[in-house]
Order: sequence, then C-alpha cells, then structure tokens
Amino acid sequence: MTWMQYLAPLLKGAQITVIISLASIVLGTILAFAAGIARTSSNPIVSGIAFVYIVLFRGTPLLVQLFWFYYALPLIGISFNPITTGIMTLSLLTGAFGAEVVRGALLAVPVSQYEAARALNFSKTYTLWHIFMPQAVVEMMPAFGNLAVQNLKDTALVSLISIADLTFQAQSLRNITLDSATVYTLTLVGYFIIALGLMLIVRLIEMKLRRGAAFSRSAHS
Amino acid sequence: MTSIIRFQNVTKRFGALTVLDNFNFEVQQGEKVTLIGPSGSGKSTVLRILMTLEPFQEGKLELAGLSYHEPNGRGTFKASEKHLHKIRSNVGMVFQSFNLFPHMTVMRNIVEAPIAVLNMKRDEAETRATELLRMVGLLDKKDHYPSQLSGGQQQRVAIARALAMRPRVLLFDEPTSALDPQLVGEVLGVIRDLAREHDLTMLLVTHEMRFAREVSDRVCFFDKGRIVEQGEPEKFFTNPEQPRTREFLSSILNT
Repeated sequence: MTWMQYLAPLLKGAQITVIISLASIVLGTILAFAAGIARTSSNPIVSGIAFVYIVLFRGTPLLVQLFWFYYALPLIGISFNPITTGIMTLSLLTGAFGAEVVRGALLAVPVSQYEAARALNFSKTYTLWHIFMPQAVVEMMPAFGNLAVQNLKDTALVSLISIADLTFQAQSLRNITLDSATVYTLTLVGYFIIALGLMLIVRLIEMKLRRGAAFSRSAHS
Repeated sequence: MTSIIRFQNVTKRFGALTVLDNFNFEVQQGEKVTLIGPSGSGKSTVLRILMTLEPFQEGKLELAGLSYHEPNGRGTFKASEKHLHKIRSNVGMVFQSFNLFPHMTVMRNIVEAPIAVLNMKRDEAETRATELLRMVGLLDKKDHYPSQLSGGQQQRVAIARALAMRPRVLLFDEPTSALDPQLVGEVLGVIRDLAREHDLTMLLVTHEMRFAREVSDRVCFFDKGRIVEQGEPEKFFTNPEQPRTREFLSSILNT
C-alpha cells in the first residue's frame, strides 16, 4: 500500500470525526447557553442544577464519561448507539465548559446597562436577550473558538467506544501496514486541517457579529 | 397643588451604613427640584430609590399615588415586579455615565423601549424619536453608534431616550459630572429647555450651582442622609440659614 491508498479509509474516518465534532459543538453551545444563563438566575434551584452539571462534567475525565455512558448506563436499561453516545458525551462536556464562558461574558456586561434597561422598564427577559446577550456574545467568541478546537481534539477518544472516526481508522491502518510514521503523520495533518476549518468558521461568525457594530470601539471613547 | 412624590420617614441602609435617615421629602407636580450636597449625603440614593434601582427598609414612599411597598409585597423591594413596572412607567432617569446601549444606533436606542415596552408602532416611535433628536440637536447622528459620539452628545441622546417613554418625573443623576468642561454647556442647555415644560417634574442632582440657581424652583441641601436646608434658589444661595450650608457653599464656590 502506498500513502495514497491510506487516504480513502482516513477520509472516511475524518467524515465521522467532522460529524461528531460539529454536532457536539452545536448541541454543546445550546447547553452552554442554557446552563450559563441558568447560573446567573436568582432562583437558587435553577442555578443550583446548572452548577452541579457544570462541576460534574468539568471535574471528570472525558474518557471515563464516555465509558460510563457506553458501558455503565446500559446496565440500568438505557443504551444508545456509539455515535449518539459520543455526540451526547462531548456535547455535555463542551456545554459545561461553555456555560462558564457564557456566564463570564454576561457578568462582564456593566451593571450600568442593567440599570439603564430597568429605568426604561424593559422586562428581565427582554433585557437578557436584547441588551445583555448582543454585547456578551461578541466577547464569548474567542473562548468558544478554543472550545470548538478542544472539542475536535477530544473526539479522538470516541475511537475507544468502537466509533470508526479518524483516530480509529488510523489505528486499523497501522495495524495492517505497520507504517506508523506515514499513517500518524497523515492523521495529524487531517486533524489540523479540520481544526483550521473550525477556527475559520468561528472567526467568520465573530466578524459578522462585530461588523457594523462600531461599538467594539466604545472601550476607547 | 398635589404632591407627585412623597417620602415619609424613609430609612435606607447599606449594611451598617445609614444612607437615608428618617427621610421626609415631597415634590409637587411640575416642580423642578435640585438636590445638592457632599458626596455620600444620600442625594443620588433618593433618585435611585425612586427609579426602583435600590430598595429601602423603612417608611413610606409614594409616586403618582402608587406606594412603593405593596401590602403583601415580598422580596427586597417588598413589591411584585409587575407593581414596580407600573411605578417605573411614570419615571425616567438620566445617568452620570449616559449608559446608552453600545450595540444600538442612536435611533434604536431611543425607539427600542417605546416599541418593546409601550407597544408603540415602529413608524410612530421613529417619528417621535426624530422630534426628540431635533430637540436635542442630534438628528444628523441618528444612524451613528454611541461610541462615535462625544460625551455631551451621548448624554443628549440619553435624555431623548428617557423622554421617549413620556415620563411624568425625570431624574437627573449628576448628568454633567462625567463630561469634559467644554461639553457641559450643551447638556445643560437641553435640560434648561426641558425645565420650561410645565407638567414635567424634574429632580436634578448636580454640582453646577449657577445652573441650579437658574432652573430650579427649589434647592435642597443634603447632609448625612437628611435635608438640612431647602428653599427658593435666590434666597438659598444668597442667604443660607444653616452654618453647614454656608460652609458647603463656600467650599464649592471657592474651588
């Protein structure tokens, strides 16, 4: 086999990696907003549940979480296919880290903005979504960019619950060919290209959010 | 004349610190009242309580016939959010640091609340905003963002934004204190024009003594959470009765 022949299985694996990564970034972001907003709630039960979730998933290794969802959960009668398990676990992890990003960015909006909104009689929900969120989201983007790339790299672990992702394909290929140098070099390049794509997407979103909004300069006025 | 604002024995504490101490204060509808005094004397707190930005612990407060505490009111404000909403619909506030929304254009800053809170139609809100922007002399800036405006211009937009909600009472919390000296005049000019509106009740916390003398019906001197002396500006500034007032006025006028 030449290195050209390695490409077909690796690309197949890369496809799975991209699907798992994109799906868990999107779901993780939704979870991040839900938990991050819940953390800022004045209701202790709501913020308490979010707190427990965040601490649990930030405080345990992803690999163990994957094994727990894949091997332990079926023992109490709940089981999902490997891909679903992988996406679910990665989403929960990304959501837990992302929640802190959302919370931090919301808390960084000056109190004076809240007071102005209250003086104009906006409801709390309106203030959150129309006054705070547009200002906070722009500040979240660099951190979410990091999380997206981290998420992509974490997907390599799903190969251990028998998902045929890029890492899984690389392992199989190496076992057949014993050509470690070529196979793993190609695998690294593969992850790197996907990561570049992700960073580009996040950057484009950030630019779109900042565009027109001259307010990014307000810090210097 | 009827009082639109009535503080009765209001006490406000921040932890161990008493900011307002058995405070009594009434304002008539349409009256223009200036609050002056050293920092920490409680004058800004009076405005912040009226705007429901701060709760108070004891006493009674009424605005336009609405009590700030509900009979079975709970929480820090001892009133429901719905009730506070009703109170706030009578009041507007202009802040020291303008507090415009940085992600909205000047026009959107002004129409956002009338549309979202008063359910006004967009074109109606924009017509009214256009009038207000013309009044404060900033119609040509309607599509700019706050960061593209000077402090004085931002404050004039903030005044227009507060007026768009048609408040009966307008509170000014040191509206010119954050401005460069050469920008103070344009903001005072707008407030001066507003002071001619008969029905609008105005409470103004300021360190601009000449301006206070010119626009207000009454000046109140605050010290340690109480009004030490109050009266018509002419008499207040030329012949204050209390030694503490005299001391304060001479300290501020000599700097």
